[in-house]
Amino acid sequence: MPFNSADLQILLPQIILVTWASALLLIVVFNREAAKGLIPLLSAIGLGITGIFLVPQFRLEQAAFSGMYVADGFSTFLSLLLVLGGLLTIAVSYGYLQRMNLMRGEFYALMLFSISGMMLMASAADLIVVFLALELLSIPLYVLAAFARPEPRSEEAGLKYFLLGAFASGFLLYGIALVYGATGATALTGIVSAVQIGIDQPLYLVLGAGLILTGLGFKVAAVPFHMWTPDVYHGSPTPVTAFMALGAKAAGFAALLRIFIVAFPEVSGQITPVLLTVTIATLLAGNLLAIAQNNVKRMLAYSSISHAGFILMAVVVYGNDAARFDVVASALFYLLAFALASFGSWAVVMVIEKREGRGLEFSDYAGLGGKQPSLAIAMTIFMLSFTGVPPTLGFAGKFFLFRAVLEGGYVGLAIIGVLASLISAYYYLRLVVVMFMQEGEPEIHKDRWLNLTAGATALATVLLFVFSEPLFGWASQALLKVF
Amino acid sequence: MDFIFAPLNLVTFFPLIGVLILLFLKEREELSRWVALVTSLITFGISLWVLGQFNSSDPGLQLPIDVDWIQVAGWNIRYAMGVDGLSILLVLLTTFLAPISILSTWKAVEERARDFMLFFLLLEIGMVGVFLAQDLFLFYIFWEFTLVPMYFLIGIWGGQQRMYAAIKFFLYTMAGSILMLLAILWLGINQGSFYLPELVSKGGIPGNIQYWLFLAFAAAFAIKVPMWPLHSWLPDAHVQAPTAGSVILAGVLLKMGTYGFLRFNLSLFPQATVQLAPVMATLAVIGIIYGAIVSYSQKDVKKLVAYSSISHLGFVMLGLFALNAQGIEGAILQMVNHGISTGALFLIVGFIYERRHTRELDEFGGLWQVMPLYAVTTLIVALSSMGLPGLNGFVGEFTILLGAWGAGQAGGSLGNILYAAFAAVGVILAAVYILYMFQKMFLGPITKKANEKLKDLSWRELAVIVPLIILIFWIGLYPKPFFALMHPAVEQLLTVFQTAGLALH
Repeated sequence: MPFNSADLQILLPQIILVTWASALLLIVVFNREAAKGLIPLLSAIGLGITGIFLVPQFRLEQAAFSGMYVADGFSTFLSLLLVLGGLLTIAVSYGYLQRMNLMRGEFYALMLFSISGMMLMASAADLIVVFLALELLSIPLYVLAAFARPEPRSEEAGLKYFLLGAFASGFLLYGIALVYGATGATALTGIVSAVQIGIDQPLYLVLGAGLILTGLGFKVAAVPFHMWTPDVYHGSPTPVTAFMALGAKAAGFAALLRIFIVAFPEVSGQITPVLLTVTIATLLAGNLLAIAQNNVKRMLAYSSISHAGFILMAVVVYGNDAARFDVVASALFYLLAFALASFGSWAVVMVIEKREGRGLEFSDYAGLGGKQPSLAIAMTIFMLSFTGVPPTLGFAGKFFLFRAVLEGGYVGLAIIGVLASLISAYYYLRLVVVMFMQEGEPEIHKDRWLNLTAGATALATVLLFVFSEPLFGWASQALLKVF
Repeated sequence: MDFIFAPLNLVTFFPLIGVLILLFLKEREELSRWVALVTSLITFGISLWVLGQFNSSDPGLQLPIDVDWIQVAGWNIRYAMGVDGLSILLVLLTTFLAPISILSTWKAVEERARDFMLFFLLLEIGMVGVFLAQDLFLFYIFWEFTLVPMYFLIGIWGGQQRMYAAIKFFLYTMAGSILMLLAILWLGINQGSFYLPELVSKGGIPGNIQYWLFLAFAAAFAIKVPMWPLHSWLPDAHVQAPTAGSVILAGVLLKMGTYGFLRFNLSLFPQATVQLAPVMATLAVIGIIYGAIVSYSQKDVKKLVAYSSISHLGFVMLGLFALNAQGIEGAILQMVNHGISTGALFLIVGFIYERRHTRELDEFGGLWQVMPLYAVTTLIVALSSMGLPGLNGFVGEFTILLGAWGAGQAGGSLGNILYAAFAAVGVILAAVYILYMFQKMFLGPITKKANEKLKDLSWRELAVIVPLIILIFWIGLYPKPFFALMHPAVEQLLTVFQTAGLALH
């Protein structure tokens, strides 16, 4: 395969990020003390530089390395979102890791490696690259989940995530093999052209698509592949949970959208009923199980499952030509809205959280509205955004999403979606009730960065709603290259 | 700059200035009360200024604001506001009741008064916005936003069961409005716009789809009104809410439901409206009678007043679905009347609750002897609520009954005079429960020792209630200017039915 410099140029953000992360690892080896201030700062700078090199790619629509890697609006939007997620993770983890005695420099390097895997996932135009990206993003996450070792809960989270993640990789790989068997190609374009010419065993293609859906379903925590989520989210150190909740989800949906829209439009007739079932199950199970939780971390874990269900609503419609444009744009927009509210709420969780997994119950939030009104108001904004109540970005996200679903003609699914929002209002409001309407003396950890993150994301959640036109615009210009 | 100082933007968002000031007033409860009161008074002043610029002979939208908001990604969302004869009175009612409610909390809200005022002003923004928004997206934002501050007002400053009531209020209302959201989206996708005047003039929604869209909008509005059988959130919310919350809830928030029917269901879905008018009118009449009977059996004064709202709003709904000028004009006026009379009743209940900390009817009796001023005020308000000629309630209910009677004739929307007849029974029942309440509280001997030394109304309390009493007499004796404000707009609304080939007169 001939190498040319244009290919490398497209890959530049990836190269920068991976090199930077490797350099950070080296620094940590020689100077353990650097972890306290230098490494987080350097990681943030590295992400910033990556982001700067990403921005010009937004207008591109270009494949590299013989069509295995694509830089287009879609991948750039997601990569920038992941960079933002990385920066927010650094902000929330800085004080937390010190407080919990987890300050080790590898944390940041691992996170950067994982982000590069997620970005690769968003750009992958070949099933083999998808698999590589999945491993690159997952393996650091397994380590990060167990980062609070020897805390048993964290070890359990790491192991559980690893075992189920390995399973998911197996499913994905088997799916890729079947698709290759049916079409003789792993490149998304190759699959399409093979299908157009005609294939002997269409059943293999459908089965392969189903198995790929299963493998990615694990990553985005869709029901019935969600079993790991509450335990892993609960057991992992909270900054890791926050990072995982956005990153793994964004990457999983990136691959789902690109693979299904580009490679599998022909099998949408067979795949859509499966997708529909998974989506409805995810919406209902995520929301209904969240009601029963008394631990805020677990509640947010289930809520994160339910948000995967909302984004899946858009994916269901992928086979509809008229709505396809909105499917991508609304999923991206929703991910952005989710990212802000999610990081903000995890930041508030970390303010209240104490060592050894205490300070995570609903009752620990009692009286927060009286003692720390600004934090409580920020948390309320996040909960409203999750519910989809204006004036928050979450409302705009749901509005956009439901439009895609209605355009695709799935009125029933839209009604199930709004009912799921209604159910979710119950448990989100419960937290607000506890914060504002019950008496209590919550213990607060003073952490400038956590307060800043919570405040900034809360403000963004409201202000970006009022001035949401550019965001709508970017999301809709984040085109997915369909060759 | 012109945009910011557009009259309708000012009247909607002026309370935001109060909110911003309040954010910086920590632990200064007295000052925050004053800030809120002054802010709401200025807002009322601005609304009078809007009234001054309002041309009552023009049936269309006035003082319009119409700018692009979100015009990308296939969205056609505008920031559009406007006021017309259907909404001007409701805007005035909102801005008028706000300072009164704030003044009524002076002594009642001791804890976290600043936060209370903050939420109250936010609520005012939402309510005024609902009445002014002309774009469905914008309307929905204001509509849904009102839930949030009201939820806090009930949940933090309410009675014993406040958390239950607050969540019930939120979930119940949201259940209806999310269905409306889907209908709004359907309109946006298929009609290409969220801008109401454009949607109305475009029309052309197929009959069977109109039917479903009507129901989706009606789900949101009927819960808010509330129409029987969707009313069960109301007594909880009212009984648990603090006095000012009840006044605003009854006075304005419920009107958002009836206004929604008037503004959206009638003009957007004329065919479905005609089709479903008898159903809606039946539910309305059931509500009138059911609300009255349940009121009579209450032992708690506040619950009695809460259930009476269901009865009164049944009248409004009946008037709207009479689909003639008298019915609709009567309904609009009755919305205002109910806001004044029931608002005043809740204030009156609040006055006695602050003194005795109970609302049980059996705890009172013979209050006339110790609180004559209070008794006279209550009598006037009670008579107004039951529709005594010469007071405001009569004008509204009588016009509605005329409208319902007209609609009951052959060719009218209801086609049966039984609606009017049963509604008239409701007027009699209203007299029964109102007089029962009055008699239990004020007449007879003083039976409870605690009642012997009660203080009569203070100056502050009089300042709260007297403006309402003035309006009760004004509308009762000379309603003409009020009708004049709405008449052209109502006539224009009715042409929708004529152009749809559904002439109803």
